[in-house]
Amino acid sequence: MPVPADRRAAPPPPARPGSLAARPRSLAARPGSLTARPAPRALARPSVRREGLLLPTGSPVHRLPPQTKLAALPAFAACVVAVPAGSWWALATCGVLLLAVVVASRLPVAAVARRMLVEAPVVVFALLLPVVATGPRVDVLGLELSRAGLLGGATLLVKATLGVLAAVVLAATTSSRDLLAGLERLHVPRTMVAILSFAVRYSAVLVQETRRLQVALAVRGGGRPRLRHLRAVAGGVGALFVRGYERGERVQRSMVVRGWTGALPALESSPASALQWAAAGSLPALALVVALTARAAA
Amino acid sequence: MSGGAAGTGAPGAPSLLVEQLVFAYPDGRQVLFGVDLEVRDGERVALLGPNGAGKTTFLLHLVGVLGAVAGGTGAGRVAVGGLPLTRKTLAEVRRRVGVVFQDPDDQLFLPTVRDDVAFGPANHGLAGPELRARVDRALDLVGLREAADRVPHHLSSGQRRRAALATVLAMEPEVLVLDEPTSDLDPAGRRELSEVLQALPTTLLVVTHDLPFALQLCPRAVLLDEGRVVADGPTRDLLADEALLHAHRLELPYGLDPMSVPAAPGRPGPRPPA
Repeated sequence: MPVPADRRAAPPPPARPGSLAARPRSLAARPGSLTARPAPRALARPSVRREGLLLPTGSPVHRLPPQTKLAALPAFAACVVAVPAGSWWALATCGVLLLAVVVASRLPVAAVARRMLVEAPVVVFALLLPVVATGPRVDVLGLELSRAGLLGGATLLVKATLGVLAAVVLAATTSSRDLLAGLERLHVPRTMVAILSFAVRYSAVLVQETRRLQVALAVRGGGRPRLRHLRAVAGGVGALFVRGYERGERVQRSMVVRGWTGALPALESSPASALQWAAAGSLPALALVVALTARAAA
Repeated sequence: MSGGAAGTGAPGAPSLLVEQLVFAYPDGRQVLFGVDLEVRDGERVALLGPNGAGKTTFLLHLVGVLGAVAGGTGAGRVAVGGLPLTRKTLAEVRRRVGVVFQDPDDQLFLPTVRDDVAFGPANHGLAGPELRARVDRALDLVGLREAADRVPHHLSSGQRRRAALATVLAMEPEVLVLDEPTSDLDPAGRRELSEVLQALPTTLLVVTHDLPFALQLCPRAVLLDEGRVVADGPTRDLLADEALLHAHRLELPYGLDPMSVPAAPGRPGPRPPA
């Protein structure tokens, strides 16, 4: 069918002098304007349908039932914490064990490294420890540092790094839905799992609503929230709360209508075999041996 | 066409019978002033009306979320397939009447589409392979089988709308009620939804002010305004009555002539008020 003439004229006319398109910099160059911000991350990596933090590679670690991984993580972390301070060989062995899991899970190293950045506050604390701690001092590069603080800070740093890395591996190899199903399998109370489940589902919706509110605020108030915009920001938070509350009521209504009487049905999941438990348990078991040996030697 | 999912109600009873429904919100604002409506088995009816006409309030009465059954101020009678709505029959009436709410995000609250579709039937005691089969059937009906394990917020709005529909279809309702099903759908999403709905044998009540959608899907239309039914007849004739539409703040899109479409196929025409 031929396009009618008035429709054909619809595409935007070429940039005329003086039109916005002809002077792209005038808007972009103003600091604080929306366009001057660095490109949002979402633009930098488009069209990747990531479900939460999961990085699917189909590795054996990914295929382990979530409940086994969920149990293995705190067990491993506890063993690492049990290693006495200054027992470097033991911590290094734990690190090698964990790195073997990272290799087995075939996760992209860059992505794992990027996620390790969540550890930053702990790193700052660990670096401060030698400066603020008391006790005998040693001279390092012209700085007078506490010996105990150095030892404690370094141990803290290594242990925290191991814990964070293990958590990153769990999050990257298990979808959020599987994590919830795993918690249910581990007999975490159904209500707790339900609360977590709603949090997972609606955090995405709330983030979208927050963005819309931010845009509405930016369009009218201009730019990022600053001190004098605090009133508006507070109003936005209030609006967000009201919206969230109202949504809660609507969700509850839609649950009631579908026969909900107060208990959420269990998420469908499968039990883990003894072999799978053994596979997931091997990491904390080996770490336990290392920790016990280190404690005996200390 | 006879309702495939229907038939458990009393023989000959209308799918949906509403008599003299009156309701006021706790703040004293009266919204319904005596609504009468009878929908027969397998019929597809559009409930039209401007904003604030009481459409959503009416809809919430059909499942006992509002009204005297829910402890509110109101009167009147609702019966589904011959079963009167009372406190005792509330659970069964809610199983028979499936409501698809306006915002799919309110209806999809579990981690994956499959979990959400399983929610209703699981509440009614289905489990294991039987539950799985029911879920697959509902997802097939809306063409979302391959999206079963996706996270709801990664679906398009059209897919989300159909997923919300599947959550209700999985309960095999006798009457399907949809609240503004075409809001925020693009033309393709709208067409896909109407194809799905047209293929269902279920009794259908579509609350909307999308008049072309009503014309396409529903042979019969009921016009609600200020808490009363002000018109009831074939959708085509109702939409052709310009004075009626104008009096109740409804407008056809520019260039649409309802008489240009063929008269409603299969279904009988005007019906006397109950």
